[in-house]
Amino acid sequence: MPPDITQTTITERVIRSRHGLAALDLKELWRYRELFFLLSWRNILIRYKQTYLGIAWALLQPVLTVVIFTFVFGKLAKFSSGGVPYPVFALAAIVPWQFFSNALSESSNSLIASQGMITKIYFPRLLIPASSILSGGVDLLVSILLLGVLMLWYGVSVSAHILLLPLFLLLAFITTSAVAVWFSALNVKYRDVKYVVPFIVRIGMYITPIGFMSSVVPEKWRLLYHCANPMVGVIDGFRWCLFGANFEPYWPGFFSGVAISFFLLISGAYFFRNTEKTFADVI
Amino acid sequence: MATPIISVRNVSKRYYLGGALAHNTLRDHIRHSVDSLKQIVTGRKQASGKQRNGNSEDCLWALKDVSFDVFAGDVVGVVGRNGSGKSTLLKTLSQITEPTAGEIRVKGRIASLLEVGTGFHPELSGKENIFLNGAILGMSRSEIRAKFDEIVEFSEVQKFLDTPVKRYSSGMYVKLAFAVAAHLEPEILVVDEVLAVGDIQFQKKCLGKMADVSRSGRTILFVSHNLAAVQKLCTRAILLEQGNLTFDGSTSDCITKYLHGAKEEHGDFFGYNVSEEVLKQQKPEAPIRVAGIEMFDAEHRQLRHLNSNGGFTLRTHYECNGDFARGSVSFMISIKTHLGQEICRLSTMPISGYNIDELARVGHIDLTICSLPLVGGRYLVDVKIFRPAVETILLLTEVAAFDITPTDVYNSGIGMAQDRGLFVVQHRWNHHSTQPKLQLEPSQS
Repeated sequence: MPPDITQTTITERVIRSRHGLAALDLKELWRYRELFFLLSWRNILIRYKQTYLGIAWALLQPVLTVVIFTFVFGKLAKFSSGGVPYPVFALAAIVPWQFFSNALSESSNSLIASQGMITKIYFPRLLIPASSILSGGVDLLVSILLLGVLMLWYGVSVSAHILLLPLFLLLAFITTSAVAVWFSALNVKYRDVKYVVPFIVRIGMYITPIGFMSSVVPEKWRLLYHCANPMVGVIDGFRWCLFGANFEPYWPGFFSGVAISFFLLISGAYFFRNTEKTFADVI
Repeated sequence: MATPIISVRNVSKRYYLGGALAHNTLRDHIRHSVDSLKQIVTGRKQASGKQRNGNSEDCLWALKDVSFDVFAGDVVGVVGRNGSGKSTLLKTLSQITEPTAGEIRVKGRIASLLEVGTGFHPELSGKENIFLNGAILGMSRSEIRAKFDEIVEFSEVQKFLDTPVKRYSSGMYVKLAFAVAAHLEPEILVVDEVLAVGDIQFQKKCLGKMADVSRSGRTILFVSHNLAAVQKLCTRAILLEQGNLTFDGSTSDCITKYLHGAKEEHGDFFGYNVSEEVLKQQKPEAPIRVAGIEMFDAEHRQLRHLNSNGGFTLRTHYECNGDFARGSVSFMISIKTHLGQEICRLSTMPISGYNIDELARVGHIDLTICSLPLVGGRYLVDVKIFRPAVETILLLTEVAAFDITPTDVYNSGIGMAQDRGLFVVQHRWNHHSTQPKLQLEPSQS
């Protein structure tokens, strides 16, 4: 049945050059939420397509990392793990870190990979990197389950702090999105990002408190440490709510890190939405 | 009906060319910044910075102050030469790129037939791709679910719905993609034939879909070089020339104006004409160049007059360098109507099977047409030189034009011209009655 075109319930769209806050247009982002979830769903579906092990890779990656960290830093270097069994101690940091590094790698490259769509059809480009971050949540969920199993196995007792875990998961998402939005937008014009991101991910593995406790960093450097690497706060928070008081974060540093994450996210979204209209011309 | 469905107001679009867009790595950008800093320090004028803002060769206005309205149910043709801004206009309309100035108001969904298959993921099954593609094109999930069976039926790939589309044949792929696009039911449909890919079958399907859509009273924007199709489908047309909208009105007037512009290249002439401008487009250092084109009549004089069914010889003079001369080369000549529709294509190889193994440094090649059964009117000639099945070396589009005088071929007093078809044919009419003769007298037994 042909639609009745005289019935104009259709909202009028105005296409014009937009700058600043007008370009951010959160209302439009909300209108496209359905497409956002579909794109995330697509990313989840294709993630392990035509692999033999399938979703097991989401399990294998943290398991292998834990084994290596336990051997190198736990057994050989004998790093302190604050009284918690070393594998559990390491995994509590690997869970958010792996989410961060995978999401950053995938989303920074996602716009280039979707060139075909970008040059042919309009939708808010922000959906593309955002959906690849959201789809990383599946791997995150799997690795959290693994963490739970490992904690039971080692008989690690849980404090009431664990109720705060969702809050820190949210913080992990915000921090990851903040960094990813900046890099994905820059990658459209400056392909240098393609070389910067793997470097950040590799170096970050060692300078982020994954194999060690962040308390080993001298007091006077800790504020700077948190500010330079917003993931420090996320990892400290994870350990604190899983293992309790021994792992209390350095709060001034923690809140500075959170503030920086929020600042990066808002400025990143602003920058992204203001440059996305030229993506089709530049990509 | 009073308010337009699309309202374009003073839209301009600027592109930066080479120089300004060349900062593709951070290093370039930093170097540029350092340079301009140096200039500030030394107090010199920022030459490059000024260029970017000015109207020098660094930027290009693909659209300049374009305004027009489209009302619901209009079928509007967009006519213009290559680079006149047609594609940029469509891109700004579909929001792929943002106008530099001006604004466009659109009521309803715009869909474009060239988006067919956009967002298809090879790893996903047909079913999954229907949902994904539908959403990317702007359908809501409930809408897709409601139309799902219809889409599947239209696509004819029921059996392979759970197979990843990367295993599909290209035909199945296109069918599925088209099925989704065809069920989008947009308020405004954009067809850019210049970019349309696919075989004739598919293009036909696109045109068929367009006709359906226009019958159902929806709005269409049609961009095409095929003026015959524009004339047939569109109720109204706009003409773009170098980013300016120069005409907005009836289709036939628009085409006349467009052709008039195109005709200026050939102007008024007697018999035939060769466009010096097209010949000058050849690079002097090219391996082969067409030095000139001549046309002769049957008595080997310069062609002055040609009737339907008349014959002529078209001579192409060439010059080529020694290295190029070796190896087989083919010449192709296409005859087109003034609307740009190709009617006749001839090539030494492979069409006519006339092999040229080696060229001279300077020479000419003659194409003799014994009889050309075309009606009166103006015809255009393309010349192409290529290595068969390897590469096109040279293409001169509409390099020559010739006129056929409307001729009374059938001895009926009517001079056949392009308003009466395209061809003249030898023919005969006969009338026979198959009804038995009326018997006037009653039969007597």
